[in-house]
Amino acid sequence: MREYELIAGLETHIELSTKTKIFCSCTTAFGGEPNTHCCPICIGLPGTLPKLNRQAVRYGILAGLATNCKINPVSKMDRKNYVYPDLPKAYQVSQYDKPLCSDGYILLDSGRKIRLTRIHIEEDAGKLVHERGNSFVDYNRGGIPLIEIVTEPDFRSVDEVREYVEKLQLLMKYIGVSDCKMQEGSLRCDVNISVRPKGSLALGTRTEIKNMNSFAFMEQALEYEFERQVDLLESGEPVVQETLRYNDMTGETESMRSKEDAHDYRYFKEPDLVTICTSPEEIEQLRALLPELPDRKKARYLSMGIHEGGAAALIRSRKVAEFFDEAAKGLQTPQLAAAFIVGQMFSRYSTATQRDEWETPVTPSRLHELCVMVESGRCNRGLAKTTFEKMMDTGKGATAFLSADDLAEIDNNQLKKICQEVLAENVSAVQSYLGGKETALKALVGAVMRKTRGRANAAKAEQLLVDSLKKG
Amino acid sequence: MTGMIEKLNSLLQKKKISCIELTQAYLNGIARDNGVLNAYVRVTEERALETAAVVDHKLAAGQILSPLEGIPMTLKDNISTRGVETTCCSKILQGYTPIYDASVWQTLKRQNAVLLGKTNMDEFAMGSSCETSCYGGAVNPFDIDCVAGGSSGGGAAAVAGNLAAYALGSDTGGSIRQPAGFCGLVGLKPTYGTVSRFGLIAYASSLDQIGPLCKSVADAALVFDAISCQDPMDSTSIGQKEPTWPQLTQKPEKLIIGIVKEYFKGVNPQIEKALQNAVHTYEKMGAEIVKLSMPAVSYALPVYYILACAEASSNLGRYDGIRYGYRTKHYNSVYEMICKTRSEGFGPEVQRRILLGSYVLSAGYYDAYYKKAQNLRGAVVQGFDEAFSRCDVILAPTVPATAFPKGFAAQDQVQTYQTDVCTVPVNIAGIPALSMPCGYDKKGLPIGMQLIANRFEEAKLLQIAYQFEQATDGEFYRKTKWGCCQYA
Repeated sequence: MREYELIAGLETHIELSTKTKIFCSCTTAFGGEPNTHCCPICIGLPGTLPKLNRQAVRYGILAGLATNCKINPVSKMDRKNYVYPDLPKAYQVSQYDKPLCSDGYILLDSGRKIRLTRIHIEEDAGKLVHERGNSFVDYNRGGIPLIEIVTEPDFRSVDEVREYVEKLQLLMKYIGVSDCKMQEGSLRCDVNISVRPKGSLALGTRTEIKNMNSFAFMEQALEYEFERQVDLLESGEPVVQETLRYNDMTGETESMRSKEDAHDYRYFKEPDLVTICTSPEEIEQLRALLPELPDRKKARYLSMGIHEGGAAALIRSRKVAEFFDEAAKGLQTPQLAAAFIVGQMFSRYSTATQRDEWETPVTPSRLHELCVMVESGRCNRGLAKTTFEKMMDTGKGATAFLSADDLAEIDNNQLKKICQEVLAENVSAVQSYLGGKETALKALVGAVMRKTRGRANAAKAEQLLVDSLKKG
Repeated sequence: MTGMIEKLNSLLQKKKISCIELTQAYLNGIARDNGVLNAYVRVTEERALETAAVVDHKLAAGQILSPLEGIPMTLKDNISTRGVETTCCSKILQGYTPIYDASVWQTLKRQNAVLLGKTNMDEFAMGSSCETSCYGGAVNPFDIDCVAGGSSGGGAAAVAGNLAAYALGSDTGGSIRQPAGFCGLVGLKPTYGTVSRFGLIAYASSLDQIGPLCKSVADAALVFDAISCQDPMDSTSIGQKEPTWPQLTQKPEKLIIGIVKEYFKGVNPQIEKALQNAVHTYEKMGAEIVKLSMPAVSYALPVYYILACAEASSNLGRYDGIRYGYRTKHYNSVYEMICKTRSEGFGPEVQRRILLGSYVLSAGYYDAYYKKAQNLRGAVVQGFDEAFSRCDVILAPTVPATAFPKGFAAQDQVQTYQTDVCTVPVNIAGIPALSMPCGYDKKGLPIGMQLIANRFEEAKLLQIAYQFEQATDGEFYRKTKWGCCQYA
């Protein structure tokens, strides 16, 4: 059997977290009793007109800026006409030939660029609920602003698709335009997929799998569809261009409609809205609002000496990363703060949601304070670790758990005594030092710190040790 | 310069008549004559009398009424009224009662305008005779064998038949001016964007505009000033440049009237004669007449039918029987329900335009029709821009004919479409125009004169119309015997 390569492109729909809907002032809150987040405008009562929520436009532009897109100074809304009971006007207000943003990219860790064709804004539809043998329509979701992010067919493996969606999700959460909760449908993907023999340049016939809202199903669907297309080609049968849905019960993709039944959306400019103009000033103002983005953050963490795994874990939630940034500010060893967060805090906040929300009683400044104690040697690692657990339990600062004795610097006489003990106990280090090996002194200071559980002043201890050694 | 509204306002203010008496007089007229004229499809007697009582209270308290306060009026059945069924005279909207008010009605309601009812119209404003209404057409008060015109035929019949002091209609391709012309009224189609469309049930969104049908130019100016504003609910609304009524009597210093030859192609000779007389009247006033040619005017009709139908096919997609209005009785699936509901609920003219519109927007035909029409729309706009660099207003017929006999429109749709030839260019260009009476044909049917001005030039347009009204001493306003004629 020949080896085959997967070619895929993605269309990702992301619900924007504006407070109100895209064309009216109804709430965008998730859930709610059916048809309670509705008004004459979002259920399209006769005579109503849309009023564009400028915040949705701003969020769309932010998404474009975060993904290296060109922001189009002039764009427009269009009507996409089709009939479905969840679409109360029988058209979706979307963008056709003049999207808000175009020509961007997202960089995968491998260095491969996934090119973004466009990002446009549009309204979400309501949803059908099938109950007791009847179908009901809930328009609460109708009119929630969406962005659709369309890629070129640049994916070559299921792993790349996964990495892209994860990166996109993270980016959008970072810039605050969406919570990207797949389980609530605020991030959904359509995948265009085709296969070709490795080495071939021609593109095969593609199918489209609609509306996947979990990573697991998306991976299963892509793997299934890849195999299905390869099997078809191997047995000499053509792939038929069609739209598919993934059935998570059977684990198979099934046909929704063929190319012949493809919708003719009869796009035309939405006459009820005016052209969207975005000035260069507005774009720059928005650019200034962008936070440090995850890729850049990660590079900075690596340069700070944080290991790959730690850096990757820290950036996965903007709140965690910002907590770390604040706690680590001014530390000589920021790795210390990272270790507390990744090592201890993450075991308590283990789910992605918990890390996204990051509701911890510990403040960054208290973690910072603890790190300083460790750095200065006033508190050793072991004690700091147990102290930090107590801090997480109570939200109190380290000083609440470390007694004055624990932290007080030991007096000179005591220190002198301990230095003598250390010199007596570390004969080989003393000899290397006397033999001219300056670094041996560090080991001796370390021993003093251990013996005093960090309560000694390291500089003072060093001086005392040097003095004693010189007297010899 | 007193128009009818001002006269009624003065009668009320001077307590010569109470608002309840005035309202009751109109309601009695409706009760007596609406059976013949079929102007109203819904009479809101109780609400009208309630509002009238409020106005009478204000009068009793010695308060000064605002110009439209207490004046009995009507709204076309495509203007949404909270709590009052609004159907666009279509079976598909039977039983639909809006839960919100159109912005224009909200404005007038706040001024205690007395709403007598909703007036008849062509179904979804698609038609030129009012006969596509599911309630049957409105009848011309000047000749009950003729139509009142369309689509705002009910409003025109109501005002000409003395069943209301003024009416609000909507004009997408002539739907205010044509019935105003047929019924001897002043009908103003304002600049696109001056009057909010919020709550106006859409036919063709980029062309629709609400405006008044009145008994005088002064009335039209008063109502226009009251309803025009920039509405945050309508993104395409801009509001008016300046109030028109306070400067209505100002005489334009130098008046240049443009005569565009393309408007006179195929016009009935009696109409042509009446318009020539009107031109002479203006010449006598010292106006300069310039003869112009605007080839783009001849494209306006096909452009109109392509764009209007395209937008309509999308605007009317929402009538699916799911949420409101008519739903078919028997069906096995949701798609069957939608198909049957639409086939049964829409009349043939509406179905024809939805099909036409879907066709011109469909892949493969889009470029040949819709896109081409959009481009030509630009040419029409440019044509008017050039014309207005040479004249203040364009004088033209409103319709190449006087009121059609009943049943004429249904015989030949294409011929009926062609009678819109003089009114549609204005909608394509988004500019203002009015129709006012300038004569009568041999059968005694009114002849409409159309005056067209540049964007936001309503003040100038109304001044020039007013000058004609003054110069002819209002001789072209003829009373009909119907309704509440003591106040006409």
